[in-house]
Amino acid sequence: MLSFIARRLLYMVPTLVLISIVAFAIIQLPPGDFLTTFIARMSAQGEAIDQAQIDSLRERYGLDEPIYVQYFKWIGGIVTDLDFGQSFEWKRSVADLVWDRLPLTVLLAGATLTLTWILAFPIGIYSAVKQYSIGDYLATTIGYLGLAIPNFMIALILLYIGFRYFGQSVGGLFSPEYQDAAWNLGKVLDLLSHIWIPLIVLGTAGTAGLIRILRANLLDELRKPYVVAARARGVPERRLLVRYPLRVAMNPFISTIGWVLPALVGGEVIVAKVLSLPTTGPLMLSALTSQDMYLAGSIIMIISVLTVVGTLISDIALAWLDPRVRLRRH
Amino acid sequence: MPQPDVLLEVKGLKTHFFLDEGVVRAVDGVNLTLPRGKTVCVVGESGCGKSMTARSVLGLIEPPGKVVDGNIWWSPSVDRAPAAMTGNGAPIDLAALDRRSERLRQIRGKDIAMIFQEPMASLSPMYTVGDQLTETIRLHLPMNKREARDHGVSLLRRVGIPRPEQRMDAYPWQLSGGMCQRVMIAIALSCGPSLLIADEPTTALDVTTQARIIDLLAQLQADTGMSMMFITHDLGVVAEIADEVIVMYLGTVVEQGSVDQIFHNPKHPYTRALLASIPTMGRGARKRLPTIRGQVPPPLNRPPGCPYHPRCDLAVAGLCDTADPPTVEFSDGHRTRCVLHDPQTLREHEERMVRTAQEDT
Amino acid sequence: MQASIPPPVRDVPESAADTAGPGGAAATTYTAKQSTLVWRAFKKHRLAMAGVAVTIAFYVVALFAEFLAPYSASRFDAESTFAPPQLPQIVDISDDGWDWGLHVNGYTSSMDQETYAQTYEIDESTKIPLRFFAKGESYEFWGLFETNIHLIGPADPDQPMYLLGTDGNGRDLLSRIIHATRVSMSIGLVGVTMTFVLGVVLGGISGYVGGKTDLVIQRLVEFFMSIPTLPLWLGLAAALPDQWGPLRRYFAITVILAIIGWTSLARETRGKFMSLREEEFVTSAHLDGNSQPRVIFRHILPSFTSHLIASLSLSIPAMILAETALSFLGMGLQAPVVSWGVLLQDAQDIRTVATAAWLLLPGLAVVAAVLALNFVGDGLRDAADPYKR
Repeated sequence: MLSFIARRLLYMVPTLVLISIVAFAIIQLPPGDFLTTFIARMSAQGEAIDQAQIDSLRERYGLDEPIYVQYFKWIGGIVTDLDFGQSFEWKRSVADLVWDRLPLTVLLAGATLTLTWILAFPIGIYSAVKQYSIGDYLATTIGYLGLAIPNFMIALILLYIGFRYFGQSVGGLFSPEYQDAAWNLGKVLDLLSHIWIPLIVLGTAGTAGLIRILRANLLDELRKPYVVAARARGVPERRLLVRYPLRVAMNPFISTIGWVLPALVGGEVIVAKVLSLPTTGPLMLSALTSQDMYLAGSIIMIISVLTVVGTLISDIALAWLDPRVRLRRH
Repeated sequence: MPQPDVLLEVKGLKTHFFLDEGVVRAVDGVNLTLPRGKTVCVVGESGCGKSMTARSVLGLIEPPGKVVDGNIWWSPSVDRAPAAMTGNGAPIDLAALDRRSERLRQIRGKDIAMIFQEPMASLSPMYTVGDQLTETIRLHLPMNKREARDHGVSLLRRVGIPRPEQRMDAYPWQLSGGMCQRVMIAIALSCGPSLLIADEPTTALDVTTQARIIDLLAQLQADTGMSMMFITHDLGVVAEIADEVIVMYLGTVVEQGSVDQIFHNPKHPYTRALLASIPTMGRGARKRLPTIRGQVPPPLNRPPGCPYHPRCDLAVAGLCDTADPPTVEFSDGHRTRCVLHDPQTLREHEERMVRTAQEDT
Repeated sequence: MQASIPPPVRDVPESAADTAGPGGAAATTYTAKQSTLVWRAFKKHRLAMAGVAVTIAFYVVALFAEFLAPYSASRFDAESTFAPPQLPQIVDISDDGWDWGLHVNGYTSSMDQETYAQTYEIDESTKIPLRFFAKGESYEFWGLFETNIHLIGPADPDQPMYLLGTDGNGRDLLSRIIHATRVSMSIGLVGVTMTFVLGVVLGGISGYVGGKTDLVIQRLVEFFMSIPTLPLWLGLAAALPDQWGPLRRYFAITVILAIIGWTSLARETRGKFMSLREEEFVTSAHLDGNSQPRVIFRHILPSFTSHLIASLSLSIPAMILAETALSFLGMGLQAPVVSWGVLLQDAQDIRTVATAAWLLLPGLAVVAAVLALNFVGDGLRDAADPYKR
C-alpha cells in the first residue's frame, strides 16, 4: 500500500509540472507582456506611472530575460512564498484574492460531490437490480435529461421560476445583510438556505452520469460467473449483492472524484456566473475578459492542482478498496 | 417415486429461455437418474443443454430463462437429511421450490455443491481465497471464525494445495487456473455434500492440469462416497471416471447406461456416431475420421420429432420427423430414446405405410 | 483421446458456453457481415431510431437554413424589440363566421411610463396572413443561385411574423435558432473529426508500441483528464486575438475543444490495441508476412471500428455542449456568428429572461440535439457489441 502511494505521488510530479507550464503559457499567451497592457491601462485612466515601480516589476518577473527564466522566477515565487503575482485589475495580490474565494469553491465542490453520491448510489443500485422496472425507466430518463441539459440552463430556469413566481432573486450564496458580515450562526444558516440551488444545479449532471455508470457496471457484474458460483454455494441474495458485485461496481464510484471533480469545477465557473456566487469562477472569468492574466492563470493552476490532489485521494481510496489495484503491478 | 438407491431423479424437465427472437428450449424434456455414491457423466455437444440441466437442479436459472415443467426429485438419505427439511429423507421436488427460497439456499453448497468451467472467473477477485472459503463454511455449519479457518486450511491441504496457510490469504488472481479449481473444489467439499455437480471443470485448463484435477475428483468421490454429476464433452474423461453415462442431444437425454453399456453396446445412432468419431491410435489410425454430417440445428429452429433425425443415417421417413421418439428401457437398466429399439412402433409404422401405399394404388 | 465435439463457434456468456441460451449456435448456420449485425441490433433500439430521426432533422435544418428560416440571422426590426412569440392559427373566428387561412396576430405597442421602454403585446384584433414559399429577403443558396423564397413568411413582407418572438434588437429568434443550428451542429462534426485523428493515432501508438512511448502518452492523457476542462478552454479561448475573423475563430475554437476531447478516445483505442495485440489472429497475420501497417489497418482496426464509431457519436454531443458553454460565457464564438450558445448569451441576465422568457428557447434546441445524439451513440454502442445485452 505504501509503495502504491509513493508510486502514485511520483506520477503526480510530471502532471503538476505540466499544469504549471500550461498556466504559465496562458499567462503569456495574450500579445505583449502584461506590463505594457498595465501601463496602457494606467495611462488611459490618467493615473501617474511611477517609473521606479515599473522597473521593479520588470525586475521581479524577469521580463527582459528569456522566457524560461521568467517561468522559473514565477514558479519559484509560488513555491517559496506562495507569491502568485499581482492582479492589476484589483490592485491586490492574487493570493489574497483567491484565498477570499477559494474556501467557498471547495465547500461547494465537496458538498456537490457528497450530494451526488448520496443520490446516485441507491438509485443506481435499484435501477440495476430492478432492471426494466418503472423505477428503472424513470431513473434512466432522468439520467439522460441530466446529461443533456447544460447546467447553466437549469440555473437559468430555476432563476426564472424564482424571479417570476416568488418575486425574489435566488442567486448568490448570502442574503445582502450577511454579505460582508463576519461568520456566525446566522450567516451559516443563511448560507444553508442559499446553497441548495447551486447544489442542485451542479449536482444534476454528475448524479445522472453516476447513475448510468453504476447501473451499467452493476449489470455487468451481476452476470459474472462468480455471482452464479456464489449463489450456488448458498450465499443469500442480499449478501450476494452487497458483498460481491457491488464491491466491484463501487470502483467507478470511488474513482468518480477523478472525473466528476474536473467537470464540477468547470461547471462551477459557468453556474457561479449565472447565479452570481462569490466563488473563484466569476473571478476567473472577469480576469480573462480584462486580460488580468496573473489572476486568471493562477486560478486555473490552483483549481487544476486541487483537482489533481482530489484524484490522488480517490486513487488511494480505490487501492484501499480493491486489492487488484493495490497488489498488481501495472 | 424414485427408487431407494436413486439420489436424484429428473423427470420431464423443461427449461426454456424467453428471448425477443423466440423461445429457446435449452432443456426440453430431460429424464435422468443419478444413483447414490456413483459418478455419472453427462456428455453431448456444446449447446445440448448439459449445463442448463445442472443449473436447473440448483435453481440457478436466471431470467429470461425459466424451468417451465418437470420434477427434480431429491432424496437425501435419512442420516444426511438437513434439519430444515421436513420428513426424514422423503424426496422433495427441487423444481417446485422458488429459486430465491431459503430452503433451496440451504441445500445449495451444503447438500449439493457445484464447480464451474472457469475457476478463475468463478471466484470473486475482491476477496481472498480464505474469505470465500470460510464464508461458505460459516453459512452452513455452526463454526466460529477460528474453527472455520482451520477447517478451510485442512480442506485446501486435502485438495493438494501446497502451503495452504499462506494460500488462504491469496487473491484468486494470484493463483493459477488449476489452483483456483482446487480452491473451488475445496469450497464445494467444505460442507460434505451428497452430490457434487462438476460443470466441465477442466475445459479451461491445460492438459496436464486437467488430468490432475480429474484424478483429484475421482479420488475425493471415492473417499467421501458422494455422488458426482460430471458434465463434459471429453469422452476420454468419461471412460476414465464414469460409472454411468448420460448422452444428451439438443435438450433431451438420448441414452443413459453404465459406462460399459455405452462404450461397448451403444444403442442410439447419435451415441454410435459420437464414439465412431474418436480418433484411435494404431490400426486404422490413417483412415479418415468419420464425422457426424450436418450441424446442430439453430436453437430457435428445432426439427420436429426426434431432434437428431436430420443428421441420422438410420432415420425412418414419416416417423422420426413427426413423432417424439419413445424411451425404451432394456432389462439391464440401459435406456435410450429411439424408435429403432421399439419394435412395436416400427411395426405399426410399417403397416401404416403399407396401408397408405395400397390405398394409393 | 480427445473429444469429437466441436468447440462453441459463437460465444455465449463465458460461464455458460453450452447454454444454448441467447444466440446459441445461430452463427454456425447464418453468416452476416459485422455491419449488418450492428444495424440489425441497432434497429431494435427504439430510442436510438428516434434519435436518428431527430438528428437527421437537425442536420437537414443546418443544410437548408437559409430556406427554412424566414429571415436572415442579422435582420433586425427596431419596431419590434422583445416581441413575444406568435401562435400560428388556421381559422379566425373573431368576427362572426369562420375565416379559414393560415395567419398570426399582429402586435400592439405601449410605452412604459417609467422606463420609456416599448413593450409589445399580441393584438388579437389584427391579422397577418402567412404563406408557404413566401417571397422575402434574397439569399444565395449554397453559393449556387440567388433566390428569395423562404419556406414560410408573411404574405406581405413588411408585416411582422415572429413565431418564436424577437430579441432585444428586434431580431427574429426562430431565424436565428435555425441559422445557429448550422454552426452548432457542424462544430460537433468538425471537432469530432479532429478528436478522432488525435485519439486514434495517439491511442493506437500507445497501445501498439507500448513501453516508454505508452508511458509518456498515458501520462499526457492523465494530465488532460485530470485538469478541469472548462477553465483550460476558457484560458485558451481568451488568448485568441480579437482581430481574427469569424471563420478563423470558429476553427480555433474547434481545435481548442479537440485538444482536450481526444483523451477518452485515446484510452479506449489503447485498451483495444493492447488486448488485440495479443490475439492469435494478429500473431498469425504477422507470421503470414503482413507488413506492420497492414496488420494495423487491415486486421486490428476493423475489428473495433464499430466501437470507435459509437464512442465518436457520443463525443459529438459533448462537443456541442462545450461550445455552447464557451459561447454562453462570451469566450467562444462571437457575434455576428450565431450559435446556440451565442444566442443564449442574451439570456444571461435574469431581468431580461423574466420579461422575455422565449430567449431561453435556444436551450431547448441544445437539449433536443444532445439527447438525440446521445440516444444514437448509446444505441450504436450497444449494437456494436453483439454479445453484450
